[in-house]
Amino acid sequence: MDLKLLCHLEHNFITYKAIITPYMCLAIPGKIIEFDKKKEHATVDYGDGTKRKANVTLVNAKVGDYVLVHAGFAIQVLDEKEAHETLDLFREMLSMEEEN
Amino acid sequence: MFSFKDKQIANEIVTKIEKLDVKLKFMHVCGTHQDTLVKHGLDVLLRKCGIEIGQGPGCPVCVTTPKEIEEILLLAKKNKIVATFGDMIRVPGETESLQNMRTEGYDVRIVYGIEDAVSIAEKNKGKDVVFMAVGFETTAPTTASVLLKNPPDNFSIINCHRTIPPALKAILDMGEIKIDGLIEPGHVSTIIGTKPYEFISSDYGVPQVVAGFEPLDMLMGVWMLVEQIKNEEATVKNEYTRVVHMEGNIKAKKAMEEVFKEGDKKWRGFPVIPKSSLELRKGFKDYDARKKYEDELEEIKDKEFKEPEGCRCGELLRGLLPPQECPLFGTRCTPDNPVGPCMVSIEGSCNIEYRYSK
Repeated sequence: MDLKLLCHLEHNFITYKAIITPYMCLAIPGKIIEFDKKKEHATVDYGDGTKRKANVTLVNAKVGDYVLVHAGFAIQVLDEKEAHETLDLFREMLSMEEEN
Repeated sequence: MFSFKDKQIANEIVTKIEKLDVKLKFMHVCGTHQDTLVKHGLDVLLRKCGIEIGQGPGCPVCVTTPKEIEEILLLAKKNKIVATFGDMIRVPGETESLQNMRTEGYDVRIVYGIEDAVSIAEKNKGKDVVFMAVGFETTAPTTASVLLKNPPDNFSIINCHRTIPPALKAILDMGEIKIDGLIEPGHVSTIIGTKPYEFISSDYGVPQVVAGFEPLDMLMGVWMLVEQIKNEEATVKNEYTRVVHMEGNIKAKKAMEEVFKEGDKKWRGFPVIPKSSLELRKGFKDYDARKKYEDELEEIKDKEFKEPEGCRCGELLRGLLPPQECPLFGTRCTPDNPVGPCMVSIEGSCNIEYRYSK
């Protein structure tokens, strides 16, 4: 599973709305492309050419990381290892069912 | 290929739940969860398995009180530049909304977040700029972060920040609704972690799960609750480990701690909920629009504002009523012409139900 696939939420209504319209409460994943000089802001690519600046002072992120952005702030770095482990957990659960 | 949207896997999880033959009622407190449930038809699918999932007070725009709406409307009328989120400006007050005021020529701006509002203040030094700071623990750190950077003197906020765990406690204390399990909001939990929910499981015996927002996240979350019930357990499980860590976002929590202190607050549809407010600490009082414009807000200080006539958002927010059962739903109340906030916000359960049922 590619983290990129996980992050680009196929531009469903809510994601699309959140990127183009300032609705609150949503958090959208995107990839950090570059940092500004002061390192307080970074350009985040949400896929399909949608790029916006986000404040990155609340996270410890580096270029290439996927971050969750809410109201103009990155609030967490997505953990690729954990994403894989969650999917493994699903697999495991289902294989247990087969064994039963 | 295996993703968080995989239909086959989803069906397999549902079959697994179905076999257990349960009759349970779960609550979540997040509009994005509701969106996933309704958009992908998971609500219908799970109902067939004996599991009802309803939305509680998990939409910050929806739980903002009529009084708070009137405060910001009045400040706009007093010729401040008012800035807030897109769905907030359409929430109807007693006689009008910020959107109506905008068409009347008042200066109301839609922003992505608080930093944009500060930029407006920097560019309009001769004018007062008030940001309506709405949101739970997900949004509060953005306000804290900005206030810690000494924004300009002409900037202030109408602080409407609230916290989720005390509201969950309030729902359980009120006892109006049977809750067999709680699905905790992924984004709030990103900030606060999983610890602040623990008392709910230990004191009330309610199993909980923090879940993500993809269909499989939600189904897995439901499964993790059902398993706890089956095993007679009540703890806080975390399904959304790729984003939520037990300790939360430490930097964000630190910023919040520096700027806010606990207070009591009224929520729409609820009485005052103890410890559910994030009040500005003394050092940040200059940014408190309620203090700064005390004289201008005097006329509504002691006034009570009622819910719009016939509006049942309050009951909806307490999980007592599904949107379709409100007599106004889809008739007098639609997203184009909303009566209550649950139809305005794209995180509101009425708006979600209307959007996907059309």
